[in-house]
Amino acid sequence: MVNLSLGHQFSGPTDPAADAHWPDVRERKGFFTDTSICIGCKACEVACKEWNHNPRDGDLELTAMSYDNTVSLGASTWRHVAFVEQDKERIEVARESGRRLVSLGMPSVRRPQDDAPPGPGASADATGTTDGAPTAYGNVDTTPPDTPEFRWLMASDVCKHCTHAGCLDVCPTGALMRTEFGTVVVQDDVCNGCGTCVAGCPFGVVERRSDGTAAPTTREGERKGEQPDVPKRGVAQKCTLCYDRLLDDETPACAKTCPTTSIKFGDHDDLVTDARERVAQLHAQGMTEARLYGANELDGVGGTGALFLLLDEPEVYGLPPDPRVCTADLPEMAKRAAIATGGMLAAAALAFLGGRR
Amino acid sequence: MGISPLQWPVLRQLRSGDRLGRGPAITSPTTRGLTSRNATADRVVQSVCPYCAVGCGQRVYVKDERVTQIEGDPDSPISRGRLCPKGSASEQLVNAPGRQMHVLYRAPRATEWQRLDRDEAIDMIAKRFVESRRNTWQELDDKGRRLRRTMGIASLGGATLDNEENYLIKKLFTAAGAIQIENQARI
Amino acid sequence: MANADCIVLQGGNMAEAHPVGFQWVSEAKARGAKVIHVDPRFTRTSAVADRHIPLRAGSDVALLGGLINYVLTHDKWFKEYVVAYTNAATIVSEDFRDTEDLDGLFSGFDPETGKYDMTSWSYAAPKSEDGDGKVEGSDPSANDANSNTKETAPGDAHGSGGPALEHAEVLRDDTLQDPNTVFQILKRHYARYTPELVEELCGVSAADFDYLARAVTENSGRDRTTCFGYATGWTQHTLGAQFIRTAAVLQLLLGNVGRPGGGIMALRGHASIQGSTDIPTLFNLLPGYLPMPIAGQHDTLQDYLDGIASKKQKGYWANADAYFVSLMKSYFGDGATAENNWGFDYLPRLTGAHGTYQTTLAMLADEVEGFFVLGQNPAVGSANGRMQRLALPHLKWMVVRDLSLIESATWWKDSPEIASGEMRTEDIETEVFFMPAATHVEKAGTFTQTQRLLQWRHKALAPPEECQSDLDFFYQLGVRIRELVAESTDERDRPLLDMTWDYPLDEHGDPIPESVLREINGVQLTGPDAGRALSGYQELKADGSTACGCWIYSGVFADDVNMSARRTPQGGPGVSQHEWGWAWPADRRILYNRASADPDGKPWSERKKYIWWDEAQQRWVGDDVPDFPVDRAPHAKPDPEVGGPAAITGDDPFIMQSDGKGWLFAPKGLVDGPLPTHYEPQESPVDNALYTQQQSPTRIMYAREDNLGAPSYGSKGVEVFPYVFTTYRLTEHHTAGGMSRWLPYLSELQPEMFCEVSPALAAERGLEEGGWATIISPRAVIEARVLVTDRMTPLTVGGRTVHQVGLPYHWGVGDQAIVTGDAANDLIGITLDPNTQIQESKVGSCDVIAGRRPRDGAELELLDEYIRRAGVTPATDNQRLTDPEAETAALSAAEAEGDFAKPNPDDEPGGSRW
Repeated sequence: MVNLSLGHQFSGPTDPAADAHWPDVRERKGFFTDTSICIGCKACEVACKEWNHNPRDGDLELTAMSYDNTVSLGASTWRHVAFVEQDKERIEVARESGRRLVSLGMPSVRRPQDDAPPGPGASADATGTTDGAPTAYGNVDTTPPDTPEFRWLMASDVCKHCTHAGCLDVCPTGALMRTEFGTVVVQDDVCNGCGTCVAGCPFGVVERRSDGTAAPTTREGERKGEQPDVPKRGVAQKCTLCYDRLLDDETPACAKTCPTTSIKFGDHDDLVTDARERVAQLHAQGMTEARLYGANELDGVGGTGALFLLLDEPEVYGLPPDPRVCTADLPEMAKRAAIATGGMLAAAALAFLGGRR
Repeated sequence: MGISPLQWPVLRQLRSGDRLGRGPAITSPTTRGLTSRNATADRVVQSVCPYCAVGCGQRVYVKDERVTQIEGDPDSPISRGRLCPKGSASEQLVNAPGRQMHVLYRAPRATEWQRLDRDEAIDMIAKRFVESRRNTWQELDDKGRRLRRTMGIASLGGATLDNEENYLIKKLFTAAGAIQIENQARI
Repeated sequence: MANADCIVLQGGNMAEAHPVGFQWVSEAKARGAKVIHVDPRFTRTSAVADRHIPLRAGSDVALLGGLINYVLTHDKWFKEYVVAYTNAATIVSEDFRDTEDLDGLFSGFDPETGKYDMTSWSYAAPKSEDGDGKVEGSDPSANDANSNTKETAPGDAHGSGGPALEHAEVLRDDTLQDPNTVFQILKRHYARYTPELVEELCGVSAADFDYLARAVTENSGRDRTTCFGYATGWTQHTLGAQFIRTAAVLQLLLGNVGRPGGGIMALRGHASIQGSTDIPTLFNLLPGYLPMPIAGQHDTLQDYLDGIASKKQKGYWANADAYFVSLMKSYFGDGATAENNWGFDYLPRLTGAHGTYQTTLAMLADEVEGFFVLGQNPAVGSANGRMQRLALPHLKWMVVRDLSLIESATWWKDSPEIASGEMRTEDIETEVFFMPAATHVEKAGTFTQTQRLLQWRHKALAPPEECQSDLDFFYQLGVRIRELVAESTDERDRPLLDMTWDYPLDEHGDPIPESVLREINGVQLTGPDAGRALSGYQELKADGSTACGCWIYSGVFADDVNMSARRTPQGGPGVSQHEWGWAWPADRRILYNRASADPDGKPWSERKKYIWWDEAQQRWVGDDVPDFPVDRAPHAKPDPEVGGPAAITGDDPFIMQSDGKGWLFAPKGLVDGPLPTHYEPQESPVDNALYTQQQSPTRIMYAREDNLGAPSYGSKGVEVFPYVFTTYRLTEHHTAGGMSRWLPYLSELQPEMFCEVSPALAAERGLEEGGWATIISPRAVIEARVLVTDRMTPLTVGGRTVHQVGLPYHWGVGDQAIVTGDAANDLIGITLDPNTQIQESKVGSCDVIAGRRPRDGAELELLDEYIRRAGVTPATDNQRLTDPEAETAALSAAEAEGDFAKPNPDDEPGGSRW
């Protein structure tokens, strides 16, 4: 029997691990990817592949998409660094759209006035800026990076581990599951490769491993034109938030290796707080283009386990601006279906009764 | 992987309250047995990344005499557990598909490699070393000053050679009179 | 770097080449530091910096000189520091003439030899008996190794402390007013390096220059420090050493040296490249920066030691005899005795430069029979790739030790020269041995990283199959070589037989690496303590009672504890995180840290305190090991006649310099000038706006058909190679690809060779994004995919637009790697810095045309066509003096006034050079 009070299971704020009835619910784990400090090194891509023994994918050809030869997340690529080169116009537009977001009255954040230790500039002279006014961080230079003519955005994308996960909700076999950490993981020994999850993900993250039928060549090997050895062919694969590592209290590979801590790992709630503080800090420095992605638990997927701080519209990074899980309306649809069924039964009954006379 | 009927997911769904079958009700035995391979390694040693000169700390995990994982060493004050993409790929460096593990020899005018026993190869090299040294020895220069060297042997090294290795190489070559020893620092 | 208030990254791309090291720059930035990236390209470092300042490749001395001028003009220098700790007040010989006087030359230049006689650069001395006012011992026929040698890397000929000054008695004017003070000379020298000049020569806008100047000056002084970080963007030039010198002068003026968050950070590029220079596999050095002896100058042990240091100069180089004798005891054990000058005559002699490029030329001349290539890929990674590869068939035998079949191992069947038909496999006689090597986890040993820190690597597992570490291989090779000469009575074989080679072996018969480190550390040989591992270089003696493989590393195995294997998490609780590894010398983390305290021994400020004098304990204390005699009081003034470390006064922080001061002006030590001066690169379409002299007059040139130069400004044909190219690394790959192009994970991140061009250049040459381009220099023709990007900005230099082309250098042509491509190094010629013998690979001239390059020999025809069109000959760019008449006249005029000795032409072995 479908319990119609499952509304919160499909949309809105909730604790997904608890919803999945884990007896030992752990603190929800997630990522906060602060793209403003990413140096585009791709250590995350490599560390992830190395840990998970994912094969090389792609055809070893330059894509000419700036320094991005990985192109997108997929069955064998679970971290992908995007590179976006932008000129002055685009920077201005981004800054303006950010300003508008701020003035819309986004949830205000407590400025960490007293918490932050005074920066090194606190006691001494201003660091050569026109804006010498004291800020929460002492007399720190708050002018935005002084290359207004150009900037290079770099961002490491990953599975969002949505609060309400489309892939999970539509999986017919129970291959996709919610872990005790609130993350979403594919059990590749259960997956039958039906591919429904691929359609169910609003972000286009999960994919199936190629099973060789559509491979460009049958030559095996690592070089251009050759097919690398692909384990787990045919099944759906995506980021597991290093579930196996979490079980042994280890940090996920990408977060551990990120040289600048652009990728931060930790308890989801803490990360949301940190993310909001960071955005406030950037706004105080004049970088109004900074905004969060996935932090709003009222959005179409109930907020994501992997948050991002972006410096422009999501589309610029290849992210959907308003992602919505396909099962969000399921309770509503079920209700309507029930009413419609009821109505049809009633109509049929009426027809019978009427017909008997 | 036989499971008893009592363990069927649909029953677990009903029992556990996970009606929608998204959590523990649907875990497979494999999933339940998951653990980090670092935890089950035979041993882990501390090493240093062989790529650039930052000298990031690495932890090398070994199981069944194979390297199973190389990742950052959080104890290092320099790297704090982090690695760049090259350092992160160190395990693949060790286990690379294209890694050459046998001694190869190319004879004069040959078009292909052939295998060669390692000890025999070192013997051959030693003989050529001594002979070239003899052929090209310079005892004195044209002013009668001592040179005591051979200009017929040279060496160019990379910087993944240890200090201990460089020490022996320099000692050996210097004692032999071979002065054209160089490395990547010059380039 | 994390403690800096301002970080200038120049000549380096730290976020891409040292990503994990860069976290400390990120930390500094998060604390409010300003990060500025000065680079011809907008890189991933620029993306996270506060400001990117594009500049023309090779013009750094002009920019830094401009900053020096700014600092002096606007009085921003740190006065107390400069007067007390640098040689600003020292008076220079009256005979000195600056480039301002001689239109781009210093006094003492000999156009025939291309060398400077440095006599006129010396400090003025108190008038001696003969009243000639020169520093004693400055007679060049005595210790002056520099001017008498054909080609050397002479900075090293005297060890790292600079050559001998007989003693440290110098004349000073502490008011800095005397026109012959270093300070006034400095001012005059940089007077024309104005912001306008910087804009004209470097393409750096006035706004950018102002920003940089203010950032640096406002973040220096008592309370704040600025740090510079550099890499090969500074070293790989014909005046590379001077690039770094300019930064050193600037940092000394600003008082940033020896202080936390200050200094100049050399961002070296490879795991143990620092170790490879400390315990060198370099032709001109012995361990610890002792020089290799040079025939004609170091014919006796005493000559050799005198050439390094005099006993009367200040500082630790005065004990060079102890370091040398101890080294020889390590090398030859009982074979080195007082009777045979400690084996001094066992050492082979240099007669010039025998660096890798000279060796390549020797190979081409059939002078080299055998070649060892150890974890290096010169077919791809060395300049003038074609020359490198064409030299290899001249060898009789070659040994390649590596992890994979790199291009330098397989060239005989898959090099571009085989493809073009220039070489035929069946004609190549060279024997090639490929010895598979062990990886870094399959052998134990130390790497020395860029901060002079030794870290021990533990062995994780044995090497597979036939793989072997280089330690094991060379040990075995040494054993067999000794066996082959065991019966010899020839004197030449004595050193091999006397060489200490009996290392303790493990159960596989392989030497135990710790024992080698212990030998490097040093042991006591005689007395009741015989066999004890030494604790530091202060214990070394010149009487044969100590042995030590490398004096600067002494202490790493003190008390038989492998200090390099210390692994206290985070280095322990102290500020300098000392309990991790071991830094030389003596585990000091910041060099010259005496300068972090004022002349009274108190920190310059609370905020920047590091070490200070503790009056009660009568010692220097603080956050690091003091780089100073620990009990030398701040106002101590020992008798200078004492010499050596004992003569260091309380305010001589620069303990390795013979006068204990930081050298703004370098009277000796650099062969191309006491003050950094802007010269154009070997190939440059831009005129040197400062002087008539276009290129560095002392650069080392090789005028050959296979090393042609592109015409520079003022020459006919300069428009044939109109673009400036620069080479660099990408994060995803490593050097010549041996450790990255065989790995799928790295290869897929950057699979193809590409060039980066601005939209303007792409339009000019019809290049398409994602298409192909052919790049031509007078040395070679290569192809690359095209990335059109705004990150490459055309610069306005000397009134015209200069386009720059970016080329990563990781790819090579071969059959074995996962990804291959043409090599950027093929484009580069061989012109060397005279101090270091390092090639100029960061700037050259080229042309770019759309489309793939011709093949099968047609590429050589294209090359020839270009050379013809440009009228290039071996003489192109290889004029030592740009305007010989004018400049020689100026020189003669200067000579007539002064009294210089000229180098003795009889001491010139070998033929003439350009």
